Amino acid sequence: MAERLHARYGAAPWHLVVVTAAIVLAGWVALRLADEATFGRMLLWFVGAAIAHDLVLFPVYASTDRVLRALVRGRVTLLNHLRFPALGTALLFVVYSPGILRLGETTHEAATGQDQRPYLPRWLLLSATLFLLSGVTYLLRRRRQVSAQRSDSA
Amino acid sequence: MSPYRSGRRDSAWKPPGVDAVERSWRSPLRGPWLTAVYGSVLLIALPLVIITGLLDYAAYGPRFDQAFPTHVGWLRLPTFDWPTRPSWLFRVTQGLHVTLGIVLIPVVLGKLWSVIPKLFAWPPARSPAQVLERLTLLLLVGGILFQIATGVLNIQYAYLFGFDFYTAHFFGAWVFTGAFVAHVIIKFPRLVTALRSRPLSAELRTPPAATRPEPPDPDGLVAADPGPATLSRRGAVGLVGGGALLLGALTIGQSLDGPLRHTALLLPRGRQPGPGPNGFPVNRTVAAAGVRPEQTGAGWRLTLHGGGRTVTLDRPGLLAMAQHTAALPIACVEGWSTRQTWTGVRLRDLAALAGVADPASARVSSLEQAGLFRTAVLASNQVLDPDSLLALRVNGVDLSPDHGYPARVIVPALPGVHCTKWVAEIDFQERTDG
Repeated sequence: MAERLHARYGAAPWHLVVVTAAIVLAGWVALRLADEATFGRMLLWFVGAAIAHDLVLFPVYASTDRVLRALVRGRVTLLNHLRFPALGTALLFVVYSPGILRLGETTHEAATGQDQRPYLPRWLLLSATLFLLSGVTYLLRRRRQVSAQRSDSA
Repeated sequence: MSPYRSGRRDSAWKPPGVDAVERSWRSPLRGPWLTAVYGSVLLIALPLVIITGLLDYAAYGPRFDQAFPTHVGWLRLPTFDWPTRPSWLFRVTQGLHVTLGIVLIPVVLGKLWSVIPKLFAWPPARSPAQVLERLTLLLLVGGILFQIATGVLNIQYAYLFGFDFYTAHFFGAWVFTGAFVAHVIIKFPRLVTALRSRPLSAELRTPPAATRPEPPDPDGLVAADPGPATLSRRGAVGLVGGGALLLGALTIGQSLDGPLRHTALLLPRGRQPGPGPNGFPVNRTVAAAGVRPEQTGAGWRLTLHGGGRTVTLDRPGLLAMAQHTAALPIACVEGWSTRQTWTGVRLRDLAALAGVADPASARVSSLEQAGLFRTAVLASNQVLDPDSLLALRVNGVDLSPDHGYPARVIVPALPGVHCTKWVAEIDFQERTDG
């Protein structure tokens, strides 16, 4: 019996129990929320979040990286000294974009008594610092490399 | 014959582009080991985020129907009186929930990067087991991204989603947790095998030039046609770890006092709203609450109810009572907190004055006319704690209007939104159990 289930289902019976439990829980939550006027929006955001990551964010950063790789043509150290600050900048933007783009200005002001003006310049400054630090360490590494090569050839 | 039908007969049939997609996965870093490293970080840290999240729900007092969402059916956890000690309890649970949640974002993104080829794998499923498992993966990935998105927007007060944050974040957490538990049960053996396949210390010493792809794995994480390494595994782990550190460094400040507070450069709570003793964050301004100056002037009265008795006090009357000073943190669900020195009348003195020296609970109402938190119920232990105050002053001066002048509640370890400001009434409930 268990073997037949295994062959037909494609995994052990406990696998079926585990995945079913997770799906039933999610289904129960969905049924519970189905009466909410905003349930459709919640569902949209839930599925949309996965789609936005898998089919927008990932392709965007993967192709940006591809372009970057083509531009530096094999200079791996340079590539990484561009990649790291670029990813840092993008990460900060993704996480703190509500402040940077001044989304929700009224709720922000009602809650804090302050506006959202400082965030954009601060993000730009932080990003510039990341690129600057990366650039300086890149130049230092290159100088060390060049002087090591010179002492090798001398 | 249509390709669909031939596809059913011949399992080797693929839609056009599948091979191209498969060949386009070039990173030699993808493989069970790297996935397992990111996975084990999440395996340890995410339960902490889940537990602190549930604790925060408990801190809101589900027993008094004031934890949102209120009706949660079977998901109702055993209720208990949220303690008042240690006074930094809520500060730590909520700070941990928000800060750790943000710090884990790069780890989640790294983990998703490491497994994304599987999303495009052909055939999409070989068995009913795989169909169901992929459905739980949608719950897992959608769930974690949904929780991150709603949480990150909430702490920045950008309610772009247009649904109730509490409802969505609470139920989203359960959907995610279910899928997370299932995923851990199914994948844990794989994680252990993968971690054992390459010693961490050796891997962290391998430079990019010596970095080779992992051997082909049954899950198909390793690229079929990997390119040369431009980054070592140490680099990949460092990149994600560096991102986590960066976010941590820019977030932790909202839970700290002193000059380090300003390090939360991109968050609302890194900023000091004005100078002076009242210069610390608020969660709702007096203007937003709609409390007018004439309501808080000389005509303001505090009304106490209890045991059929009603007592009315004005502010000089309250100041004439025994004053107590306590240094207590105020911590908000958005993850920020600050410790200040509050002075006022002990709530238990007010309870005694109202004739209910040992109340079962107390309902505190604000002058605010609208808003989810215009009233809050305090449990018995929260009224009776010697540091629980109806504060009149903070840091040696009168409360500012934004901080709740003429009087506000401050209770150790109580969520900030329940430390009612602009208090108008306190209704002490007698115990019914004799």
